Amino acid sequence: MRGAVSALAAVLGRLGLWGRGVVVAVPYLWLMLFFLVPFLIVFGISFSESVIAQPPYAPLVEWLTDEDAGTTKLQLLLNLTNYLRLTGDDLYILAYLNSVKIALVTTLLCLFIGYPMAYAIAKAPPARRGPLMMLVILPFWTSFLIRIYAWIGILKGNGVVSNLLEWAGITSGPVEILYSDWAVYIGMSYCYLPFMVLPLYSTLEKMDPTLLEAAADLGCRPFKAFLTVTLPLSIPGIVAGSLLVFIPSVGEFVTPELLGGPDTLMIGRVLWNEFFANRDWPVASAVAIALLLVLVVPIMIFQYVQAREAEER
Amino acid sequence: MAGQPIRKPTRLEPWQDAGQTPYVRIEKVTKTFGDFVAVDEVSLSIYRNEFFALLGGSGSGKTTLLRMLAGFEQPTEGRIFIDGVDMAGIPPYERPVNMMFQSYALFPHMSVEQNVAFGLKQDNVPKAEIRDRVEEMLGMVQLSAFGKRRPHQLSGGQRQRVALARSLVKRPKLLLLDEPLGALDKKLREKTQFELVNIQEKLGVTFIVVTHDQEEAMTMSSRIAVMNHGVIAQVGTPTEIYEYPHNRFVAEFIGSINMFEGRVVEATADHVLVASEEAGCELHISHATPAPAGSPVAVAIRPEKIALSKEPPPSGADGTPARNATKGIVREIAYLGDVSIYLVQLPTGKTVRVTAPNVTRRTEMPITWEDEVYLSWRPFAGVVLAQ
Amino acid sequence: MKRIGFLSWALWFGYAFLYVPIVLLVVYSFNESRLVTVWGGFSTKWYGELMNNDALLSAAGLSLQVAAVSATLSVILGTCAGMAMSRFGRFRGRTLFGGLITAPLVMPEVITGLSLLLLFVAMEQLIGWPDGRGVTTITIAHTTFTASYVAVVVQSRLAGMDGSLEEAAMDLGARPAKVFFVITLPIIAPALVAGWLLAFTLSLDDVVVASFVSGPGSTTLPMVIFSSVKFGISPQINALATLMILLVAAGIFVASIVMTRQDRQRKRDEQMALQTG
Repeated sequence: MRGAVSALAAVLGRLGLWGRGVVVAVPYLWLMLFFLVPFLIVFGISFSESVIAQPPYAPLVEWLTDEDAGTTKLQLLLNLTNYLRLTGDDLYILAYLNSVKIALVTTLLCLFIGYPMAYAIAKAPPARRGPLMMLVILPFWTSFLIRIYAWIGILKGNGVVSNLLEWAGITSGPVEILYSDWAVYIGMSYCYLPFMVLPLYSTLEKMDPTLLEAAADLGCRPFKAFLTVTLPLSIPGIVAGSLLVFIPSVGEFVTPELLGGPDTLMIGRVLWNEFFANRDWPVASAVAIALLLVLVVPIMIFQYVQAREAEER
Repeated sequence: MAGQPIRKPTRLEPWQDAGQTPYVRIEKVTKTFGDFVAVDEVSLSIYRNEFFALLGGSGSGKTTLLRMLAGFEQPTEGRIFIDGVDMAGIPPYERPVNMMFQSYALFPHMSVEQNVAFGLKQDNVPKAEIRDRVEEMLGMVQLSAFGKRRPHQLSGGQRQRVALARSLVKRPKLLLLDEPLGALDKKLREKTQFELVNIQEKLGVTFIVVTHDQEEAMTMSSRIAVMNHGVIAQVGTPTEIYEYPHNRFVAEFIGSINMFEGRVVEATADHVLVASEEAGCELHISHATPAPAGSPVAVAIRPEKIALSKEPPPSGADGTPARNATKGIVREIAYLGDVSIYLVQLPTGKTVRVTAPNVTRRTEMPITWEDEVYLSWRPFAGVVLAQ
Repeated sequence: MKRIGFLSWALWFGYAFLYVPIVLLVVYSFNESRLVTVWGGFSTKWYGELMNNDALLSAAGLSLQVAAVSATLSVILGTCAGMAMSRFGRFRGRTLFGGLITAPLVMPEVITGLSLLLLFVAMEQLIGWPDGRGVTTITIAHTTFTASYVAVVVQSRLAGMDGSLEEAAMDLGARPAKVFFVITLPIIAPALVAGWLLAFTLSLDDVVVASFVSGPGSTTLPMVIFSSVKFGISPQINALATLMILLVAAGIFVASIVMTRQDRQRKRDEQMALQTG
């Protein structure tokens, strides 16, 4: 084993700078081919026309041969109908607005549940912080799908929550929470909660505890100290956590599909239906491009925050 | 803090000998990172067997210079020669140089022995020889019993010695040390200073040490280059740097010093007279200066070279006011045990720092707060610094 | 005192929110009744049925295979990418490269899935490869989005590693490639293991991207679960979920025991170092 490693090392070493080039080039080319190029294709097809064929879209570029003149022309057809449909049909606009709304509510729920958790863990004795954080991340390692599935049994009529409410005398008869926007809020905040707690905890944990002591020493009451010292200093964590929850929530498909009702419109579902049910690839592509446009600003903020944090380290 | 060089006075001073060729020659080396000039046209010659210190604050460019010698950075301009060979384009793994890192950089997944053997393995030295040389190095740093341990099982001082053994095992002609004692506590640091010097003399290796600690540089090195903002402010032996600073930066960076602004009244080959309102007297300095009469200069005087007394020093025979003598009022006294520091305010408002050994016990000390005292010094005490 | 009370209350609420659904899931996997709402007595019959569900078992086999291969590939790609980002300084196209690494982390799955499918279709038209969609296309797709996670994990480990270790090795005569294999790789090995496990889990969990890029005959486990869950509760899925949770829990249990033991050993070593100071 050791011999093989050093032989490999020797070969690579002889390659010198070339080896360094390979290290960059392999992931670079892979991501170009399987990440960047696909986008350009999606962008292109979003201007195409849906046809009944295999694949079900009209080629963008066509050779036109004029037999009389004996010439051949290259024709590029850019079709804006798909985008006009997106702006013309209420369904799409509603789906976009609803996606943003659901993502915002999810983010806020995660923040309200996650901030006190992160704060409590950061204040716990150092030896206990690791295990407590571990407990937050643990569910992430089990299947996302299964965690959503767990809520079906809890939220459905005659489910656990319904029975509890009935038993407590709050409601009479079964309550159906499943297949509503609220089920989607609960399911999504459940799945994305670790993404909120993690960055919050890391900012709160880094905070110098003597800052609060200094504030107290200067006559500041604990709650006021929290508002004027802790909260402003944890803003980077709040921003990072909120973006980590908000961005994937907007494009979420599985949760609204499983927990939401038929009227829980989200853009991910619309895209899925256009593609799988209607087999309209060009419109699905246009929906994807439009979804990306919605996400460009938050993604850029996220990248900026990431880059700044990387520099500080 | 007068650093006494512990080196024997008989040692070689190759930089005095024009016939010697320097072992390391740095020629007008500049290094820029973006807009920031880390090292600015530095030229230096370092000779075989020297213990050479690069002394400066953070951001002075000393570490960048060291990293260029090791090959981790390439000079933006200028050239570096080691043993007559131009180092341009030669990667670190092909240079006849080893380095001891500030963090020690001991490989955490290898034992002490494996760490020390690492460099020899890269040169495909036969196994038996590797074993012997590792053993010998560990013996030299008194860690023979610790060969099987991992770095995290060692104390700070032991790690430092492993790092030293590892960087010396390839018998480099030139060893670069980046703050070699920086991570040790004060007691251990003093002890290790002597060990380093002994090892250097025993092995006859040229050492270049980067340090921000002037005391460390003074005690260990044969010569010091004081760096500031990427430029070398002065190169010289510890005594030269302390006693004859070439400029204000060096004078103020090393130890503490009193500066008197003035104007040259008389400049001859063997002395200078400076009129200084600030000092309240005429200053007589027994060495020449290139500054012509009339030019503004500063005169630097170390605190320990000023004498304090309650009696006025004898004035000139013709009744003219005494040179190198002034008077003031004691404002502060700091008792340090062996010496005391007096801050004396002159009538001009200038505060002068004087240190005096505590020959008598404190309770019997003749000088106390608010006393009027006379300050005087000998002509050799002052150094004239041109503006 | 009141604030401490509020905090621990909030903490327990959070943990209850995270774990009660999972516990209920496990409990109902042992339910005799088909109805999740009614407790019909203890039974393990759903586990037995699960073992006879061939479609589900073959999907599980396929998923494990895809997850293992794509996790391995993404560790290789992600390590290269992490090295390039944190050790190669400035190179041409670094900004684009950094964007390409972090973008898949936040990209909605529906877009990733759609765009990769369109790429595969276009490639098949142009060069005849890949021939149809199946295990290969799912593996490529999973490698692409999990490599970014590995790259981030590796990059942060490299950022935390003392860069002078690599310089010291080079100073002692090791060439860059050797430095990587003999010094860097052993030191970042824990991050590679973590990255592999993360990529494996993400691959095993993905339903959206796989749905886009899979073909007939290549149905992954999440796809099977998804379609059966869409038609409501099935105790068999509870049983399957319980097994998966058990597996993860066992893995974490072993990992934490190993970590605790290492921690104790390290403390003992530090003690020893102090004594021999």
